[in-house]
Amino acid sequence: MDMQVTTLNEKKKGGVKQRRIICYIVLGLASFLCLFWFYILFINTTRSHSELSSGFTPIPSTHLITNMTNLFHGTQPVLKGMLNSLTVSALNCLVCVYFSAMTAYAIHAYEFKFKKALFTMILAIMMIPTQVTALGFIQLITKMNLMDSFVPLIVPAAASPIVFFYIKQYMESTLPMELLEAARIDGAGEVRIFNGIVLPLMVPAMAVQAIFSFVGCWNNYFTPALVLSSESKKTLPILIATLRGADFLKFDMGQVYAMISFSIFPVIIVYLILSKYIVGGLAAGSVKG
Amino acid sequence: MNKNGKSVVSYNKWGYIFLIPFLAVFVVFQLIPLISTISNSFFEHYFSGMKEIGPKFIGIENYKKLFSEGDIWQYFGNTMIMWIMGFVPQIVVSLLFAAWFSDPSLRLKGQRFFKTVIYLPNLIMASAFAMLFFTLFANTGPINSILVGIGIFDEPFSFMSDKTSVRTLVAMMNFLMWFGNTTILLLAGMMGIDTSLFEAAEVDGATPRQIFWRITLPILQPILIYVMVTSLIGGLQMFDVPQILTNGTGDPMRSSMTLIMFLNKHLYSKNYGMGGALSVFLFIITGILSVVVFRFSGNQDKYGKA
Repeated sequence: MDMQVTTLNEKKKGGVKQRRIICYIVLGLASFLCLFWFYILFINTTRSHSELSSGFTPIPSTHLITNMTNLFHGTQPVLKGMLNSLTVSALNCLVCVYFSAMTAYAIHAYEFKFKKALFTMILAIMMIPTQVTALGFIQLITKMNLMDSFVPLIVPAAASPIVFFYIKQYMESTLPMELLEAARIDGAGEVRIFNGIVLPLMVPAMAVQAIFSFVGCWNNYFTPALVLSSESKKTLPILIATLRGADFLKFDMGQVYAMISFSIFPVIIVYLILSKYIVGGLAAGSVKG
Repeated sequence: MNKNGKSVVSYNKWGYIFLIPFLAVFVVFQLIPLISTISNSFFEHYFSGMKEIGPKFIGIENYKKLFSEGDIWQYFGNTMIMWIMGFVPQIVVSLLFAAWFSDPSLRLKGQRFFKTVIYLPNLIMASAFAMLFFTLFANTGPINSILVGIGIFDEPFSFMSDKTSVRTLVAMMNFLMWFGNTTILLLAGMMGIDTSLFEAAEVDGATPRQIFWRITLPILQPILIYVMVTSLIGGLQMFDVPQILTNGTGDPMRSSMTLIMFLNKHLYSKNYGMGGALSVFLFIITGILSVVVFRFSGNQDKYGKA
């Protein structure tokens, strides 16, 4: 019996080392699989059209700047597209976190009739995908004369159940009611309390959700493609779709890669800077689908 | 909250006031569109060239047509096949990685690095990612150049004209985009498990494999179901990747056409009646799946904050 235990333990020690090596190899492979595509993308963005048609090499070339300038002077309004994407995403994410915090505060800090029912309703609508209401949405904004405008891409963010839920959970653990009482005794109005005291305390939760809603909006293709039609208003995903729709093999391939790089690498760089908060925030808010 | 109820009473109306933006926006941009989508599904209303047909009330004719034409079942099948092809490797790899990351006896170094890298594809613009794959896997693209170069293929393989390879590409992109996310969710769940359970098992001489199958998995069951159902809801909404990869055609032979791509077609051609019926169909399926999530999200807090 004793001998058995010792051999088991010895086996286990050697086993751990072996297992660790296997883990590193598999994790290394997975990381490779995640980064490989972006590596080729980067290499190919630095190569000219004629170099690209002569096959792949793993070494970068010298045409990065040329490809980028060609892209900016090309037929696609990419700079305008990026500006549009930035505008829509920034406003969308501001509206989203501000009003979600306000809704969370209303449910958290006040007692009123139908509160429970309202809370349940907000949770129930959490899962309705935007696609299933898209038809009515398009008809409605056509009637409201809001087609080809940024408004229908920004204002609806005020009702974001998932962000609301996340901030509400954070509020429950960080916002003492005594603080609000004290502010009221000092004569602060309710709006002032919300903007001046509650919001600053909610910054960590709001920042995490701001990143996610910004990225979600930045990457969104379905709704903007239905709403926006004029060249000057198109966002980056729509321009990508246009590029795909064109007979792209006739294009300067250097420019095609530059265009894809232009939509992917800014996000990667920002992600690497903020990754600590993103990966951490994700684990904390596991409600997110 | 309740013990402060007395002093809060006079401020109660502010609860309603602060709810106005959410409710107003919800009613205008979600509820009214939902109702009008449903009502559209009972009308014959489409455009034939420049001519508008309807709207004329026809009851459930749109639904009858939708389900009898058979296209919807093909697209439903496509969506499910591509979802399963991506989800099965996703859940297996995620479970494995989460188990490794949380295993105290392994003490893996560089966890931050690995987590950051595997989560990265999730934030990439799906349309740009699909466009990238389309370019990389084109007949004259670098993947074919590499595969021919190292002698796997004699001549470039036409990835985009083969049913299986297009579906595999879509599934692979979905896998790459979501396995990091799932790993982190499952890891949060595993970190929440009381470590004394593992220690006790180890003392009793359980192997890592036994610990995983007999302790970790059963405890993780609710979160696994949650992950599966939310992924299924996401899978039903699959759009950007196959849409851009196949330029909206779902080729070859519409074998990669998803339900939302089908809906998108109806929306562009302003076929409101059929589009409405299809939306209601999707709404009902998602609703049923959401109820399942709801039943399991009661346990959410336990692992949510781990």
